[in-house]
Amino acid sequence: MKSAFRQSMAWLHTWVGLLLGWCLYFMFLTGTLGYFDIEIDRWMRPEQPMVSRVAASQSVQAGLRRLREVAPDARRWFIVPPAGRDTPDLRIAWQGARSADGATAAGNELLDPRTGLPALGRATGGGQLLYRMHYELRYLPATAATWLVGLCTMFLLIAISTGVIVHKKLFKDFFTFRPARGQRSWLDAHNVLGVVCLPFHLMITYSGLLFFAATWMPLIVSASYGMGGANHEAYLEELAGLPAVTLERSGVPAPLFAPASIVAEAERRFGAGQVRFVEISNPGDAQARISVSRLPRGLLPDTERLTFDGVSGALLEARRPGRSATRAAHDALLDLHEGLFAGPMLRWLYFLAGSLGTAMIGTGLVLWTAKRSEHAKPPHWPAGLALVRRLNIGTLVGLPIGILTYFWANRLLPASFDERAEWECHAMFIAWGSMLVHAHLRPPAKAWTEQLAIAAGLSLLLPVVNALTTHRHLGVTIPHGEWMLAGVDLTILALGVLFAAAALKARSASNEAPRTSTRRRSAVPSPSAAQSGST
Amino acid sequence: MAYRISVLSRTLAAVLGGYVSATLLGIVLSEALPGPRADTVTVAMMSSFAVHAATALWMFSVRTAGRAWICLLITWTLGAALWSALPR
Repeated sequence: MKSAFRQSMAWLHTWVGLLLGWCLYFMFLTGTLGYFDIEIDRWMRPEQPMVSRVAASQSVQAGLRRLREVAPDARRWFIVPPAGRDTPDLRIAWQGARSADGATAAGNELLDPRTGLPALGRATGGGQLLYRMHYELRYLPATAATWLVGLCTMFLLIAISTGVIVHKKLFKDFFTFRPARGQRSWLDAHNVLGVVCLPFHLMITYSGLLFFAATWMPLIVSASYGMGGANHEAYLEELAGLPAVTLERSGVPAPLFAPASIVAEAERRFGAGQVRFVEISNPGDAQARISVSRLPRGLLPDTERLTFDGVSGALLEARRPGRSATRAAHDALLDLHEGLFAGPMLRWLYFLAGSLGTAMIGTGLVLWTAKRSEHAKPPHWPAGLALVRRLNIGTLVGLPIGILTYFWANRLLPASFDERAEWECHAMFIAWGSMLVHAHLRPPAKAWTEQLAIAAGLSLLLPVVNALTTHRHLGVTIPHGEWMLAGVDLTILALGVLFAAAALKARSASNEAPRTSTRRRSAVPSPSAAQSGST
Repeated sequence: MAYRISVLSRTLAAVLGGYVSATLLGIVLSEALPGPRADTVTVAMMSSFAVHAATALWMFSVRTAGRAWICLLITWTLGAALWSALPR
């Protein structure tokens, strides 16, 4: 009975893992890169000044000047001054502006903190594009993408649970690795990768579900709050426990109090460089409010916010909202998923854990084919096996090639090109698509070697292309101690070495395969073998 | 063929049936728990994902697809009974 249960779970693990494995691989890989989204952002905007050390009050002033130009009639303005790793640039945003067709419009802009003018340089999706792709996918309507991502995440949760059940010797297998034993090695690798980061996998999967919980489980919200979007908004606001400063416009114009002195006051309370963003509602109205939020500190940050009267500048409210245990637990899971609290060391651990998770999915997919191709030899492969093998090559290596192409396109597409940011992204998917086609045209063993070699070449040459096309290459960034930028180049170089090693390994494996078959043939001498050997 | 239909039936039971179970038990939980509604709804949603995953495992572990659906129907009946028994 017990073994029957385990057998059914093994079956479920196999098929759940296979069915959406490639989509999960995509989500894990792009999500893992998302832990370095800001670093990649900066790398992809080489025209940005290297370090922006501009006082918060000065950059708020600059942001304000720009907002008065681009969105003078907006209901709300946001200014995010450069502060630390998560917000290295000056960014402004606005909501509720009147657009040409009478509808309300929102927007945001990246500014040069020194001039307050829009940042010059190439348009790019940056690291944010990769990060957002891990839950928005690409080229799909938002609703379809959200539900597909939800289904994938649920599948992963099932795959992890069944994986643990199937695993009889969770602890012993931890120390088991039998290299160069074909299917056995893939299984060991899959086990070790799965077990070593099991807590991370569980955390990332479960917390991933929570991000869109209200979208995927709308009826649970509706049961308490009622149907419809407005009621769901009410839930989200109650959950956040920090209602947005919503105050109706009075219609009486009044000059806005100087935000710079308000920021100075906030910094006196929070500490210098601790301002996360400034929100101005109803600017230019007698009912204006200016609120300043503090940078989160450590895990479980509780949003601290000061709200000032936007006309007199008087402090109205110093808020440090208390949270219930439920909300604290809920927020902690989301924070753990995003890892924004992580310093450099922990960020690398996140990256490592994410990479191991990506590798766990990859080895699982390869294991599916390794298990089945022991019984069938190439010309007699069932169509399904051949298809999975090809999809594996074209995605496991093809997707990294696509992402590398995205970086190459960032350096090579001309800055004046109108739809530059879009085509960077198209380039990624065109490259991935070509790799899928390539995997279908070439024999699998050759396809592995060739694609790994392409990936190695693309990553090893990228720092060179960077040096030829920008002034933010290793020769500049390392002497300046710009490790945020140098780290991107160095990581890509290291990945290039890994790809090259894998390509060599794949080549020797594919050279070995025909040799073993000739050996087998010569062991059973037959006239036809002798004939073909002599010719 | 019978095998394929059985797999399809279990898959539907796991994906759709599991979703119904998760929603139903989530609603019961959100209304049964004490505390502010934002909290109870959040706890209910957090738990509902575990219910969905566990149901999926369950649907594939029982001996036949027919039994899987019977298990689902019993869960739903119990859930509905609990929900109607809640004071309001």
